[in-house]
Amino acid sequence: MVETTAWGVLLLPVILGLFAVGAAAFDATLAARAAGVTAPRSAALAPLRSAAGLLVQQRRRTLAADTLLWRAAGMVLLVAAVLASLVTPLGHWAVGDLSAGVVWFNAMEIVAWAAVWLAGWGANSTFSLVGGYRFVAQGLAYELPHMFVLTTAALGAGSLRVADIVAAQQDLWFVVWMPVAFAVYLLSVLAMAFSGPFNHAVSGDVAGGVLAELSGVDRLVFLAGRWVLLVSGAAMAVPLFLGGGAGPLLPDWLWTLVKTALVLAALVWAGRRVPTIRMERFEEISWMVLIPATLLQALFVSLVVI
Amino acid sequence: MWREFVFWLCAAGSVVTGVAVFRVDSMARATFALLASFLFAAGTVLLVDLTYLGILVILMMIMEMVIMVVFMLMYMMNPAGLMPMTMVHNQKGSLAIAIGTFAVLATGIYLIDWPTSSAPQPEDPTMALGEALMGPKMLMMIVLGLALFATIVATVVLATHRGRYDRYGDRLDRDRPDDPVRGGVGR
Amino acid sequence: MSLQEYLLLAAALFSVGLYGALSQQSIVMIMMGLELMINAVIVGGAAFWYFTALDRPDGQVVIVLAITAMAIEMAAGFAVTTAVFRARDVDMTDMAADLKG
Repeated sequence: MVETTAWGVLLLPVILGLFAVGAAAFDATLAARAAGVTAPRSAALAPLRSAAGLLVQQRRRTLAADTLLWRAAGMVLLVAAVLASLVTPLGHWAVGDLSAGVVWFNAMEIVAWAAVWLAGWGANSTFSLVGGYRFVAQGLAYELPHMFVLTTAALGAGSLRVADIVAAQQDLWFVVWMPVAFAVYLLSVLAMAFSGPFNHAVSGDVAGGVLAELSGVDRLVFLAGRWVLLVSGAAMAVPLFLGGGAGPLLPDWLWTLVKTALVLAALVWAGRRVPTIRMERFEEISWMVLIPATLLQALFVSLVVI
Repeated sequence: MWREFVFWLCAAGSVVTGVAVFRVDSMARATFALLASFLFAAGTVLLVDLTYLGILVILMMIMEMVIMVVFMLMYMMNPAGLMPMTMVHNQKGSLAIAIGTFAVLATGIYLIDWPTSSAPQPEDPTMALGEALMGPKMLMMIVLGLALFATIVATVVLATHRGRYDRYGDRLDRDRPDDPVRGGVGR
Repeated sequence: MSLQEYLLLAAALFSVGLYGALSQQSIVMIMMGLELMINAVIVGGAAFWYFTALDRPDGQVVIVLAITAMAIEMAAGFAVTTAVFRARDVDMTDMAADLKG
């Protein structure tokens, strides 16, 4: 059973932050190894070094920027990414056990749409705006399979409450009989956090996209929000498909952390391995393959449940 | 007590940002002011224990407003509000009608003797909603589904300038459609 | 928190939306006004459910209806705007008044 804890409010950002730093370090190490650098240990510290650099960097200004919306973008992204994990249980503790927890998680992920577009718009720069539009244009292709997958997991448990979904996996983890849903979930988590093969919004062919003009603390906050969003998505995979804290020997909170770390590492690794998928290609794959596949999976699950 | 406080906060925020929609120059700001208004209103829905519907409003409105902002910028001659301009007609009349409507509604709200209910709150309002939609209110759900489907067809027909003859040729005998952008499943 | 206060909020939102829908010239801004008015319906539906009919889900059903109405209104509105804009390059209601009798 999941119990809510008040002190979790303080602990949650810390855990998410540690995971985010770890993921960024792993990502930097992979990049360094791919580039043939011989000392990957110093590469692992690169994210921290650049974070410290960004903290003292002076802000770049652009002409007629919409400063209010621009600043808000990073803050909103980071806050929503943390809030998304509000309903994710750590072992048998959760900060908030909402009766519609799955919907809450999805709503907070969707905030990324607004945040990325705002970051692109605020700078009053062409490349930034192109990056923002790239993300919004693919928004539905990312979101719809994601939504159906979340629905499938909720369907399997007959409840939108995350605690009930964990409880329903006592005997058999959902990943075993919903493999399609699990795969699509991981894919769409990468997409929602615009990382890995879905990084059009920030890719190099538009000079960094929404990141093009972001600098200093704003850039740090935005990048942190992006990593935390990825961590939140990876962490949610554990209660949804991997049985939550279930496992032998170790306590349940440790199992949750281990599983989250594994999922996160797999996502970061895949993001580095797979080249960026062209937008129009993924758009059609999403609508023609992923959505029907997730719908069939949902149908299968509902037949089993009935 | 805290509910009272949060309610007034949400109510004031909702109305203020709602007014801001028609006061700011920038279309991006107008859209996101509207989004803020919706989020505050969703806060009041959450306050009356409608967890699912409140969160659903948040989810839907963020998606709708981000899509809306694209169209706002597309069809406005001055999207960023960099040149001051007004695009209103009959402002005084509209204001009078709006204030009059509010006055009439407010009078009615405080004059009518509203019924009260002593019925116990359902254990899970979401479950009650689901059972209603799949039971006695099934007809409404069916109509909604049909209306949404009709909307999809109608909007695509209205918005696109390419039909199947453009894609498959005049005799509809082309093997693969002639699209400006190639898709991803090998067609 | 009482039914009257909720309905007052709904009335305020409705009036603001009405002002927008009546005074704005751009089709997209008119739709923002309409959305605000539907928003008032959502607040009102929630209030009526909570304060007068807790045991009946009708208030919640109204909210579902309002959310769907919003989505349909927005999709149809933008489709019409796109069609009008494509046909004659206007986005103002005053320039698309052919049916005025």
